[in-house]
Amino acid sequence: MANNIESAFNTAKPLEKSKKLSKNGVNSTYNKATGSPNYSAIAESMEFKVLKKKKNKFILPITIFFLLSYILLPILTSYTTILNNNAFGDIAWVWVYALALFVMTWVLCMIYVRRANDFDKEAQKIFDKEEAGDYE
Amino acid sequence: MNAIGLSFFVGIVGLTLFVTYIASKRTNSASEFYTAGGGLSGWQNGIAIAGDYLSAASFLGIAGAIALFGFDGFFYSIGYLVAYLVVLYIVAEPLRNLGKYTLADMITARFDQKKIRAAAAISTLTIVLFYMIAQLVGAGALIQLLLGIDYWIAVLLVGVMMTIYVLWGGMAATSWVQIIKAVLLMVGTVLISILVLWKFNFNILGMFTEMKSVTANGEAYLHPGVKYTNGLDTISMMIALVLGTAGLPHILMRFFTVKDAKTARSSVVYATWIVGIFYVLTIFLGFGAAAFVGSDAIKAANPAGNMAAPLLAQALGGDILMSFVSAVAFATILAVVAGLVLSGASAFAHDLYGQIIKKGKVTEKEQMNAARLASVGVSVFSILLALGAQSMNVAFLVSLAFCIAASANLPVIIYTIYWKNFNTTGALTAIITGLVTALVLVALSPNLWAADGSMAFTGEALFPLTNPALVSVPLGFLGGWIGTLVGARADQRKYAEVDVKANIGLK
Repeated sequence: MANNIESAFNTAKPLEKSKKLSKNGVNSTYNKATGSPNYSAIAESMEFKVLKKKKNKFILPITIFFLLSYILLPILTSYTTILNNNAFGDIAWVWVYALALFVMTWVLCMIYVRRANDFDKEAQKIFDKEEAGDYE
Repeated sequence: MNAIGLSFFVGIVGLTLFVTYIASKRTNSASEFYTAGGGLSGWQNGIAIAGDYLSAASFLGIAGAIALFGFDGFFYSIGYLVAYLVVLYIVAEPLRNLGKYTLADMITARFDQKKIRAAAAISTLTIVLFYMIAQLVGAGALIQLLLGIDYWIAVLLVGVMMTIYVLWGGMAATSWVQIIKAVLLMVGTVLISILVLWKFNFNILGMFTEMKSVTANGEAYLHPGVKYTNGLDTISMMIALVLGTAGLPHILMRFFTVKDAKTARSSVVYATWIVGIFYVLTIFLGFGAAAFVGSDAIKAANPAGNMAAPLLAQALGGDILMSFVSAVAFATILAVVAGLVLSGASAFAHDLYGQIIKKGKVTEKEQMNAARLASVGVSVFSILLALGAQSMNVAFLVSLAFCIAASANLPVIIYTIYWKNFNTTGALTAIITGLVTALVLVALSPNLWAADGSMAFTGEALFPLTNPALVSVPLGFLGGWIGTLVGARADQRKYAEVDVKANIGLK
């Protein structure tokens, strides 16, 4: 009960709070032996597994995509000449491809931030449950 | 050197020393020294990352490479930029969540063993050293050209400046030097690009049409293949560029200067925009130099093309713009070497001395003294090496640094975060395999061997590629995998902790 009230006042800084409390030994929900959260229990919890799966499902395909699109450029320029044809005026496709990689970088950057902010919210839920002592 | 040029240089030296003075007042703990107390905001760290990353090799090297080789020079810009996706998607946040000051901190968050920390520190120091010699030798040659002073004086000047920043101002001063430099560099680059575009009547299509006929390469200038004719070599170089950035110690270290993973993320985004815009503009720098300076004049000033950007500035804006650009180049070098000294010193003082020799039992004062001493040590050592390496071809040192970063650091970072069964033996073999293969393959490569005696050794190169990343990166991963199979079972509880920390930042 006391913990819940405290955490309600401290939601802005859950990380620092958990550290401080565990040091003082005030918070009874912490693992007494190590003074740290019960990581194994969190790692086994449904919400963590779901979050991690979501993250991986987001990160892995995109990583493969950008690495492949990137490495395809030197492969194409080294073993074919198709990118030497002009796309606009005297600008060859190779420049268009290269600039598309720039645009790709910026776009994927923004997509990452947006998704990561969502993940932050779900991580916050795990913080809150941990604060409340749900992982003992 | 005219009065205006001198005043630009004095201005930069004065401003950076002032910033160092301010920073020195609060740099009184190890955390302040290594990470500016983790107090940088997202945009500050983002600009500083860009300032740390856009080395003289980027500014002067790529401008020159595009001027001389057209599209082939632009390969670097592409590789250096896309690398940020690897940093953002795979490395930045887990690293921030797990580490404290160094890469070794992050790996030992999972495998708390001295030998692993030592291996990570040695790989960091190797990368820093190669990168540093390349920067210092390049800086010496450049400042010699720009200011008309002797090589050794130039190296000493840069060396003394970087030592002052780090010694007194630590990470706070280094970051602000990098921020100042990034702003100056962007201003200079945008200015020159606008002038170049103006010369082409702001017609980009017209610019490309004109570029077909202004160089000796004709239309081929606008197509790949002017410089890179060996496909495997090109692919290998591109692999080193895209994967190496995420393993460069001085870049990784910047993620510890912010308070949490969220800020680390936003700083990568700022950095990606700045770096990306800069690299797009390298097209104008390169094309402008080819069109308005000419490849003969560029090569006459420096065979590698490093003088293309300053010469272009002179052609477009006379002595004033040239002086400004030279001063920017000087600031660029200072910012990068200061970051390198700091990451080298952290590997020495924090990892090797503080954690291994003293087993973490050091007082705040001892830590600070060790960090300062290590900074001086790293500085003096690299100045001495740079003084002796004047005639060395430095381009390959940079690509070697990227290659070691990609082969020795990236596999172990990825395995540590994402692979449940990864173990102590695997971590050790991953680092050692990547480091040793990269070094050995470069030692046997055409960088050092030529049948006609034009390189350091006479004879056929045993390894055909100038950049070994294509072989050494997979070997780094393979080494970690085999080591893991051979070694003892991983501590699952420890992985649960690392997994939770890396993913959600719970401490």
